[in-house]
Order: sequence, then structure tokens, then C-alpha cells
Amino acid sequence: MAQPARTQDRVNDFVIKLANVNGTGSASANTLLMKSIFRMGVPVMGKNYFPSNIQGLPTWYEIRVTRDGYVARSGRVDLMVAMNAETYQKDVREVSPGGFLIFDSTWPRSTLLAREDITILGVPLARICNENFVGVRNRILMKNIMYAGVLAALLEIDLEVIRQLLTESYSKKPALVDANMKAVQLGHDYAKANLPCPLALCVERMDRTKGHVMIDGNTAAALGCVYAGATVAPWYPITPSTSLMDAFKSFCQKLRVDPETGKGRFAVIQAEDELSAIGMVLGANWNGARAFTATSGPGISLMNEFIGLGYYAEIPAVIFDVQRVGPSTGMPTRTQQCDLMLCAYASHGDTKHVLLFPSNPEECFYMAVQAFDLAERLQTPVFVLSDLDIGMNDWMCPELRWDDAYRPDRGKVLSREDLEALPKFHRYLDKDDDGVPYRTIPGVSARGAYFTRGSGHNQYGGYTEDAIEYQVVVDRLARKFKRARTMVPAPVIEATGTSSIGLVTIGSSRGAVNEARDILAKRGIPIDYMRIKAFPFTREVESFMASHEKIFVVEQNRDAQLRALLTLETDVPKTKLHSILHYNGLPMTSQGIVETVLAELGDAKRAAAGA
Amino acid sequence: MSFINKPKVRHPDLPKNPIGLTRRDYEGAMSTLCAGCGHDSVTASIIEAIWGLGLRPEQLAKFSGIGCSSKTTAYFASGAHGFNGVHGRMPSVVTGANAANKDLYCIGVSGDGDSLSIGFGQFAHAIRRNVNMLYLCENNGVYGLTKGQFSASADIGTKSKKGEENLQAPVDPCLAALSLGGTFIARSFSGDKEQLVPLIQAGLMHKGFAMIDVISPCVTFNDHVGSTKSYTFTREHYHEAVHADFIPPRQEITATYAEGEALPVEMHDGSRIVLRKLDSSYDPTHRGKAFEYLRTKLRRGEHVTGLIYCASSGPDMHAMSGTTDVPLNQLPYETLHPGAAGLAKVLKRYA
Repeated sequence: MAQPARTQDRVNDFVIKLANVNGTGSASANTLLMKSIFRMGVPVMGKNYFPSNIQGLPTWYEIRVTRDGYVARSGRVDLMVAMNAETYQKDVREVSPGGFLIFDSTWPRSTLLAREDITILGVPLARICNENFVGVRNRILMKNIMYAGVLAALLEIDLEVIRQLLTESYSKKPALVDANMKAVQLGHDYAKANLPCPLALCVERMDRTKGHVMIDGNTAAALGCVYAGATVAPWYPITPSTSLMDAFKSFCQKLRVDPETGKGRFAVIQAEDELSAIGMVLGANWNGARAFTATSGPGISLMNEFIGLGYYAEIPAVIFDVQRVGPSTGMPTRTQQCDLMLCAYASHGDTKHVLLFPSNPEECFYMAVQAFDLAERLQTPVFVLSDLDIGMNDWMCPELRWDDAYRPDRGKVLSREDLEALPKFHRYLDKDDDGVPYRTIPGVSARGAYFTRGSGHNQYGGYTEDAIEYQVVVDRLARKFKRARTMVPAPVIEATGTSSIGLVTIGSSRGAVNEARDILAKRGIPIDYMRIKAFPFTREVESFMASHEKIFVVEQNRDAQLRALLTLETDVPKTKLHSILHYNGLPMTSQGIVETVLAELGDAKRAAAGA
Repeated sequence: MSFINKPKVRHPDLPKNPIGLTRRDYEGAMSTLCAGCGHDSVTASIIEAIWGLGLRPEQLAKFSGIGCSSKTTAYFASGAHGFNGVHGRMPSVVTGANAANKDLYCIGVSGDGDSLSIGFGQFAHAIRRNVNMLYLCENNGVYGLTKGQFSASADIGTKSKKGEENLQAPVDPCLAALSLGGTFIARSFSGDKEQLVPLIQAGLMHKGFAMIDVISPCVTFNDHVGSTKSYTFTREHYHEAVHADFIPPRQEITATYAEGEALPVEMHDGSRIVLRKLDSSYDPTHRGKAFEYLRTKLRRGEHVTGLIYCASSGPDMHAMSGTTDVPLNQLPYETLHPGAAGLAKVLKRYA
């Protein structure tokens, strides 16, 4: 077979896609491969495309080996490992010209599935497995680990790194290390003897992952909640947020159990539904604990009534919305940024909420802590809008750091001494003229007692149906929200100072946008960049939009929700904003952005750019 | 409702409880409910009960949902924090509040609509979790604030004020609580303060979910002939099976009980309930028998009242989840995370 010459430009720069069946242990093999490359100092990106199912449906894993450290999908598939007969036909088609495909050659494949422009390599994985391992389940698991060995030979992945990783994951079951390593070795040896190793695509040691970790956003967010001092965590299971609460519980069990008494300094409560979960969050925060919940779009829909109560009665709360594809049940295991509008104005009546937009697991960690501080300073629910891509995929991020000088900002809470010094406490009085009243915690002093209610109340905390009294309170709430602009994180702006074109984005779209900017810059089209980190929009957001003539708004939903929010909540003219939308449920690639920008800029620019 | 404010001047000889407070110190805002509303009698019993227990007002927290019953929390203990949440969701708010501070005495006041229709799920799951709270269901069989629709506790055959007959089976909160594993289940009548006050005291001191279904007639929409939740009907079909006397810790049992009639139940804090069986065939410590007894009496149209079932042991939510003895909202921040050095350790497996 013809093999393209090994060229430097494919080293540490290619995409592996692994097609498999869910419930067969392929996740361990895929993570092992990705982590090995990461340990060799080469930046990687991993994306898991899994079905909403427990066992038997197709699943794919994509590993992008990226020496330049890009974090988005490239849109290419250079090496397909086609382990699923059911999707084989589709998987063959997806390989980029000049690419490779590996299949299990234990059984013959139809010649109809061949392609002239790719190299197809057969490995009798099932046969080798059957000859070397006993037990059906074991053979299935080992077959997957075996392709990791095949790839190690083809891509020159260090076997010692693989052994080390296996030793770490099975530190308590050494027998499993040997069994797995045997499978890796078998795959490796077969490939060495029968396949053209190494391929033009291969891995070469680098030094670009030092000081970094591979972590998913839900785990990082959970860790952030631990460090924020959250103690009460009511929730209702929902994909893709479940692993956030699982991680929180597991961190607490490790870090917050008194070794003497065996008792825990946390309460994770699995509620009967999301309505109850958010009710518990409000009850706990009202009672002075830091409490949060994690959910996804359908959960937010159910929580709406209580969210309005939190807003109006001014109760802190932190809600993680790990967004998934809507509407309705949608595609629970696919990603989107589709809950911006839902969260920004959640609940009936006039309501507005603070939103934070983490762009990767690192920010999930830091923003989790920020969210609690903001919620308590502003006495209001705060949303952290992550998504499935950030939450459930492992991302390479700088190691998370902690400042031991940090203390939670509990906001304006009156102590017993404060209350005794006061002639009278009034819950909703704007004493400091900053829109934020003082609150008290139950159990502290009878002088701090007040009645929390979602019904009409005046600034003294009393029930009211009086027109003016009602308005005094809701107008102050509006002032408070305006003030939140000065407290939320400012956007990340990268501007040349000369470009009149801007790209605006949020959250996980960051990776694709950054790569698109690089591509466009190489073609002579420098574009300024703003990644918004929070709602309400800060002054910087407003001035970026004012200082650019044409602004592309990149987001992952059909209805341009970020653009809509910008037109509603800033002075930017609608005509300035051009949407680049991606909403098929897969994480974004840079391709679509580059193409749309070029098309929009018109022929003159394109000619100049040589496009 | 009344339009005359309570006098601010207090009589110097008002009786004081062990911590030196009078009943007036446990009052709240003036009621806006209809004159003669059963709920106001319940409020009076609550005030009497917490005054008698000698709790400081700030040791209490009051919770409610939406409806006439849910207004009650504003009418007692103005020195306690109150939380009037959304319709049917009071139990979740209490669950969160109790999770944050297990030392706070939580009183939830709900109604039949709030508990048995819109909030039936939360009612059931708070019982399952055995959240440490007193849950009062002011039950009048009718939606008052929306002017007289049947509620889920309306009996078959009962007639609305407009003459419409209810044909749907009622939900009995006591039977429901019994089948869900409730650990303290009682029924009383707003007009029977003698029975209700010790039940409220015992329920508050019970470590776990204490449910009292209080039949509390609606004078405006459900007190007519043909209604099975009117004052007259309730008085006629009222069957007290077990009377409970509440004895605080360290106080001697002074009342005299007939031989074989008294059944003392020890509470977690050393207080006791002495159950006086008015029907000797009844066993309030046996869930199955209690269930059967209630059903048999209900079939005869009788409402069994008193402490229907009481399990003195059984873990509450905190015991089940193994939380620390110090309330979670009082833990020093330093004890909640392992600092920068700990973070580096945690991250090792992700490197």
C-alpha cells in the first residue's frame, strides 16, 4: 500500500476518532490514549459523543493532537478506529482524504466499503483477544485496550507512559495492570509486525503540558464549590450535570469527613424533583449556609417559580446550568448554549439574573467561587452557564491555583451585636444607597426577625398591596441589578487597535473562535475579539461594541440568544451584529466561523485575503 | 378580620414562662383571616404551646406556602424568622433550612390544598426524609382564597356552598403519612385547644417529621349544612382515640392516669409524652394497627383524633446523611477545604 511520506507538518497535529459501542469500556481505552499523549508533553483535546443510553448504542470519541494547543475540534478525521460494525459505513466516509482507518479484521469486510483515497489497516483484534483472554466481558474490554496498543505502535506513543497510567488507575488492583498491559502489548506487537509503523501522523515528545491538568468542567466546578465553602447541595439527577454533584459528594467524602466521628461537614440531598431542589437551595441560603444546585435546561424550566421568589425576596443561590440541546428533552447528551434567555429572565414578572459564562474547566473552578460571592453580595440567585462540552469532556487547563488568603464574601449580614446596636432592623431598606439591603440569619437574634415573602412587600419587610410601596422595592431591585455590572467579571478583549471588525462570543465557543482568528489573521484579516464573561454586561462590553463597525456574534444556539440579549441590554444597533450560529449538538469547529466571516466581508476582502 | 389593633400596654401580672416571657411575647401580626376562622384558633394554640415550652422566639423559624393557612405564620412569634414560599413547596424550603441549621425549631403551616394537591409530592418526600419539623395541615376541605372550590381532602358526598357534590375520593393526610413512614402523626380540631396544645408541643420536640392534621373549619365557604368539614359536623363525628399530655424534661408527671391507660413515650431531649388511651383497643405505637383503626373509623364516618402514631426512634434527615453535630451554617470556613496545599494534592490525579 502506498504510504505518504512522513512529513513534519503532521507530527503532533492530527485527529483520531474512535467509533465504538457504549457500555463496552471504550471510555477507559480512549482516556488512556489521550492521557498518554498529554503525558508526553503534547497538548490534546478530547470530545466524547455518547448516546443517551446505558449500553449498546454507537459512541464516538475524538482526540485532537494539537501541538499549537487548540482546544476546538478541527473538523478533520485523520485516523479512524472503526470498532462498531453498525456505524462502519458512516465512519469510513468521515475519514479525511489521505487519512487512515483501522478495523477489526477478524471478520471479512465488504469491498464496497473500501476507499481509494485513504489507507485501511486491518487488525484481527477479536481473534487475538479470544486467543489470549478468557470470559466474554473480559474479551470485550480487552479488545478496546488492545487498540490502544495498536495506536501506540502506529503513532509512537511511549509504552512506559501507558504502563505508568495503568498503574496509577489500578493502584488498588495490580492484577488489572498486568491484564491491561498484556492487551496493550499484544496490540502493539501485532502492529509492529504487520503494519507500516510509524505513520506519517505521529506523536513526538514536547514540553507543552507541564503545569497543566486534564480535567472536566463538572469536576472543576465541584471543586470550586468545595473551596467556596458550600455545605448544602440539593439536586435532582439530570444529564449532563449529574457528574458535578457526584464529584462534589466524592470530594466532600474525602476532604470533609471528621476522621474521629465519621460525620460530614456537608449535606448532599437528592431531591424528588428540581422544584424541590431549588426550594432547598433557597431555604439553606436563607438560613446562612452556602448552598447550590446543578441542573440542565429542563431543570431550570421547572425551577422558574422559585427563582422568581429568590430574586424578589432577595435570597442568595448558586445554580449551575450545564446546558444541553433543547427544546424539550432535546438531545440530552449533546451540547448547546441555548439557555441564555431562559436564565437571564427566568420566572414570571420583571426579573433579571446574574449569569456567568465559564469557557473551560479552569473557569468553572474560579467562577464557582465568584458565583457564591456575587450571590451573597447581591443577595440574589446567580447562574453559572456551563455546557455539556465543558462539563463532561476532559480539557487541558493550567493547574488550578488557590489563594489561602481568600475568605468568602458573605455580603451584608448583620450579627447579633450589629442588631443590638440598631434601633430597628428593616429588611429591604436601602440604607447604603447602593441597592443592596441588609439581611439577617435566623436563630441569631429576635431583633433580626423578619418575614420573607414572595408576595408584595415594602422596604420595611411588611406585606403590602400599596402602589407606591411596591414600586419602591422593585425600583431598588432594578438599581441593584445595574450595580451588579460593576461587580461581575469584565470581558476578555484582544484588540489590535486598528481593526473595525470584532468577534464576540461566550463560553465554550471560545476555542473555535480563537482558532478562526488565527486562520483569518494568517490570511491577512486581523479581527478583534471579545469574550463576554458575565451578564449584566459591563461597560467594557458596551464600549467594545461602540468602537467596532461590524461585529460577528458567535454562539451555539439557533435563535442568536446572545445577540438578542446584547440588543436588549446595550445600546448597540441591531444592524451591527452579525450572527454566526452553530447548533447541531456537536462542539463547534473554526471552519464555519472562517467561512461566514469571509462571506460576510465580501469579495474585496476575500480577494485581498486570497480566499 | 378584626380592625382593632392589639393594645401595646401589657398587664404587669401576665403569667410568665420559665424564661420570663409572657404569651404576648409570642404573638405576631394581627390576623387578616375571616372572623371565626378555625386557623386563628390554631394560631392561639401555637402561641400557647411555644410559650409553654419556654423557647426563645429566635430559636423558631416559621414556614408556609400559599393559601389562607399559609398566612398563619405571620400571626405568631414575630421574634422568629418567617418564610412564606411558593404554593405547595414549603417542605423543600424547610428541608434546606434544616439542612443548614439543625438546631432551629421549624414549624411549617400548610393547608389541604397546599399539602394534598399542589404540594403532595413535597409533603410525601419530607415525610420520607423524616425532616425534623412540625408540620401543621390546617384542613378545611376547601379553597378559601379562590372562593370555595373543593380541595383534595373533601369527602365524597360533601356539598359545596353552591350545592355541588364532591364525587372524588379524599386524600387523608394521616393515612398518607402512615403509609409513607411518618414518625409522628396526629389529628386534632382547631376548636379543641386542650388536645391541640400538647400535640404541638410534643410535635415540636419530636426529632423527625411531626404531622398534625388539624380540622379547621372555613366559616365562609365550608360551614354549611351538607359539608363534612363544618364546625357542627366535626364536633359530631369527632373521635378522640388517644390523648397526649406533654411533659417537659425534668418535670414530674403530676396528672393521674387510670391503670393500664397511660403510656409514657420518652423523647430525645428527655421530655415525655404520656399517651392516655381513650379507646383501650387502640395501639398508637403500631403502624399497621393504627392504619387499620383509622380506616375502620373513617368507614363509619368518624374522624379519629389525638396522637395516632408515634415512633420515638428512627433517624431524621441529618442522622441519615451523617452530618456533623455543629450546624452546617456555623462551621468555620477553614474546616471546609484543604487550602492551596490540599488542592495540589487533589489535582495530582488530573496531571
